Amino acid sequence: MSVQMQSVSFPTIALESGAVLSPVEIAYETYGTLNPAGSNGILILHAFSGDAHAASLGDETTKPGWWDSMIGPGKAFDTDQYFIICSNVLGGCQGTSGPQSVNPQTNAPYAMTFPVITIADMVRLQKLLIDSLGITKLLAVAGGSMGGMQALQWAASYPEMTCAVIPIATTARHSAQQIAFNEVARQSIMADPDWNAGNYYGGSQPARGLAIARMVGHITYMSDDSMREKFGRRLREKEKFGFDFSVDFEVESYLRYRGSQFVGRFDANSYLYITKAEDYFDLLSTPSFAPETADVRFLVISFTSDWLYPSYQSQEIVRVLRRRNMDVAYCDLQSNYGHDAFLVDVAEQTDVVRGFLASTMKLSAVKFGNRTPGLVEPSERKPTVAAGV
Amino acid sequence: MLSLAKGSLPLPPVSDVASSPFVGELLGRSDFAIISEIVEQGSRVLDLGCGEAELLAWLAENKGVQARGVEIEPAKLQKAIARGVSAYQGDINEGLADYPDHAFDYVILSQTLQETRAPLKVLSEMLRVGRQAIVAFPNFGHWSVRFSMLFSGQAPRTKLFPYEWYESPNIHYLTVHDFETLVTRQGFKIERRYFLAGSRRVTLFPNLMAEVAVFLVGK
Repeated sequence: MSVQMQSVSFPTIALESGAVLSPVEIAYETYGTLNPAGSNGILILHAFSGDAHAASLGDETTKPGWWDSMIGPGKAFDTDQYFIICSNVLGGCQGTSGPQSVNPQTNAPYAMTFPVITIADMVRLQKLLIDSLGITKLLAVAGGSMGGMQALQWAASYPEMTCAVIPIATTARHSAQQIAFNEVARQSIMADPDWNAGNYYGGSQPARGLAIARMVGHITYMSDDSMREKFGRRLREKEKFGFDFSVDFEVESYLRYRGSQFVGRFDANSYLYITKAEDYFDLLSTPSFAPETADVRFLVISFTSDWLYPSYQSQEIVRVLRRRNMDVAYCDLQSNYGHDAFLVDVAEQTDVVRGFLASTMKLSAVKFGNRTPGLVEPSERKPTVAAGV
Repeated sequence: MLSLAKGSLPLPPVSDVASSPFVGELLGRSDFAIISEIVEQGSRVLDLGCGEAELLAWLAENKGVQARGVEIEPAKLQKAIARGVSAYQGDINEGLADYPDHAFDYVILSQTLQETRAPLKVLSEMLRVGRQAIVAFPNFGHWSVRFSMLFSGQAPRTKLFPYEWYESPNIHYLTVHDFETLVTRQGFKIERRYFLAGSRRVTLFPNLMAEVAVFLVGK
């Protein structure tokens, strides 16, 4: 099976800040086939540094997808049964409009003139994409970490457009600790002289600042346990301490490697914009979140060793939903992998997601009979402007 | 995954249950058979301590109920969700606290009342969240329990209460009489009562003869 990134552009999008972005482009991939009723569409939402390439479906000509463990034939998001869509977020740097995109009015990259965006804005753009694909109601929206925030945002912005929401290892509101880690990352980027107030395109990226930001990030994605297991106090290619400030420990080498690798694939300004969107996220103060009238099911998943998005934040989501008597399933899965668990420790996650999706599919079939209103008649469909990226 | 095949687990028709001395079993349990008879088609049901949600899945499939469950044990809970039932991880008190009043038609507590720390609080909360409560519990007044204690002089160990005193999950021991007294004193109403010994219905001397009691309680 071959996987290809596509993109579509829209003339304009109005943002939460009041700013308007024109035009706006979104990169996406799809896996599997939309059924004739249009009722098997699932939108996968990526985490902070992810992209539209969620799955490779075993295609060796492409790199592995970031959620290959969960998406593919026979997997939790079974591409034999479901039509899976994943797009790059607004503000990103992997094909969707972001600070490195060219502003048509100046013919130069937006850099810091790109408008500040929110999680709700990301979802607004995803909604335009889903509309353009002719899908009127998704079976589910699902994602981990910042992807989970977007999934929850769907239940606030467009609750009528999805049967189910699957927020994983996430929160309804960024906490002081989460904002603090993001601020350290942003300051690290902005303190790099190469950042140059965001105007580094065509020159050299603020590589040191971005790498350090990523190093901090990686610490928060793991757990004390998983770091002890993976590195312990092992030394890197040496028998004894160097008594200098070159690499001594394995963990130092790992973080440096991860940091430098990240610089090659991520834009520093995107880092600033996306972390800001996370920090602004607060659904608990958003009255439109999961209205009682909404016919939406939830599957909330957290992991016991995740200290970046601790289980209590998922439980907070569950409590809010229960107060509104919503249909919510919740489990706190046992894992030692910390926040990364939703990407790497997926056996139990697969069981619950698979069962939840199957029952959602069944419930939606009961509700809508044979004419599931998931699809616009082909004649009503807007043309899709698709182009290879 | 609501794949419990219809007909594979036959239930006696309602009239049989009322007249026959045998109640049959559902999913291997006679109290489940009674509960499945009580629960009305299309109702909203919350099962506290739902385990792997076999009962809820059966009720969803066969009686079209809106099923919700609470389970504290992660492995059981995951199986419940994988079965397609909306269950969540939590203890019984947490499970009830956030629901609005009368969110359910029935709140089920099966064989767990004797394990709860504050049974009266649980019962009151069940009747706040649900219109009716279905409570099933092992009867500590059964003759075998009385004999065991009388003759051994030790904490009773029977088929119903098989644990050593130091291993038992049961922290409150109650009889049929105890339960009825409490319910009456609280001003709640017992709407139906069922007494079972094995899969046989007990009609005489339930406090002495019933192994398991199932009550439908309302306000």
